[in-house]
Amino acid sequence: MNLTFFDQFMSPQILGIQLVVMSLLMPSIIFPTQNNRWLTNRFSTLQSWAIHTFTKQLMLPTNKKSRQWSIILTSLMAMLLTTNLLGLLPYTFTPTTQLSMNMGLAIPMWLSTVLMGLRNQPTMSLGHMLPEGTPTPLTPTLIVIETISLFIRPLALGVRLTANLTAGHLLIQLTSTATIALLPTMPTLSLLTMTILLLLTALELAVAMIQAYVFVLLLNLYLQENT
Amino acid sequence: MADRPVPVKDTRLLDVKLGQLPNWFLKRNFTYSGMTGAVGRGYDSFVNKYINVKKGGIGGIAMVLFGYVVVSYIWNYEHLKHDRWRKYH
Repeated sequence: MNLTFFDQFMSPQILGIQLVVMSLLMPSIIFPTQNNRWLTNRFSTLQSWAIHTFTKQLMLPTNKKSRQWSIILTSLMAMLLTTNLLGLLPYTFTPTTQLSMNMGLAIPMWLSTVLMGLRNQPTMSLGHMLPEGTPTPLTPTLIVIETISLFIRPLALGVRLTANLTAGHLLIQLTSTATIALLPTMPTLSLLTMTILLLLTALELAVAMIQAYVFVLLLNLYLQENT
Repeated sequence: MADRPVPVKDTRLLDVKLGQLPNWFLKRNFTYSGMTGAVGRGYDSFVNKYINVKKGGIGGIAMVLFGYVVVSYIWNYEHLKHDRWRKYH
């Protein structure tokens, strides 16, 4: 059986259960449950501090109405961060490389911001279609362009996350295959490729965290526009 | 000194002798609530021993991640065995 490089993105199954099920449940195991003590263990303290800092920083520019979204945005960030970082471990499966999952996250969130805006302040929401200070002859064109950019947002959100993670995983697989293949014949070149591999892994770590953050930040931005 | 003989099904897992293991396993509570209770107890004992301590180190979470990698490997094995450098797979 010829293995292609894309086989790592197929979720393998055992006893009919896909691996993606375990990968999606892992973040809930990683985060310890909160207990009611005043002085908790190190993990709980770290987790509480991280979540509080993140939520405060994310929700600072929003107004009172959109603070309801703080829990969902923070938990989304935590889930994306954990799933992306766990996918960098060997032999694991990253569910966020699947376009279906990312679109499933992006479309409902974006749609709910749009619907919230249209319901609560329809004039303001429609007013976003025309930025301030545009010259009058440009108005029709600009409205069409802004509508297109509005509808492309969920697509961009989902595809951005998928593409970044998939590309990173693929690159790591390619570079590591090259390193191993070069090892018997040209060890020096293999060493060079290994340096590239190490740098790439560092980049992947950063990308995993950044992409999660960007996803949530953009959703926050759409929320602020519409509230 | 000999303790009072305790029935096999009431002993804790680490106290069960190796020969008695199938016996012990068959006498467990296989109802829904029994199995979820066992998973909950296992989870609680792991968390209380390694994570819910005042000065927990990286060991607690490292064991969880290592276990995750091992289980992923086992789950993936059918697919991974084609990666071996052999003539016949």
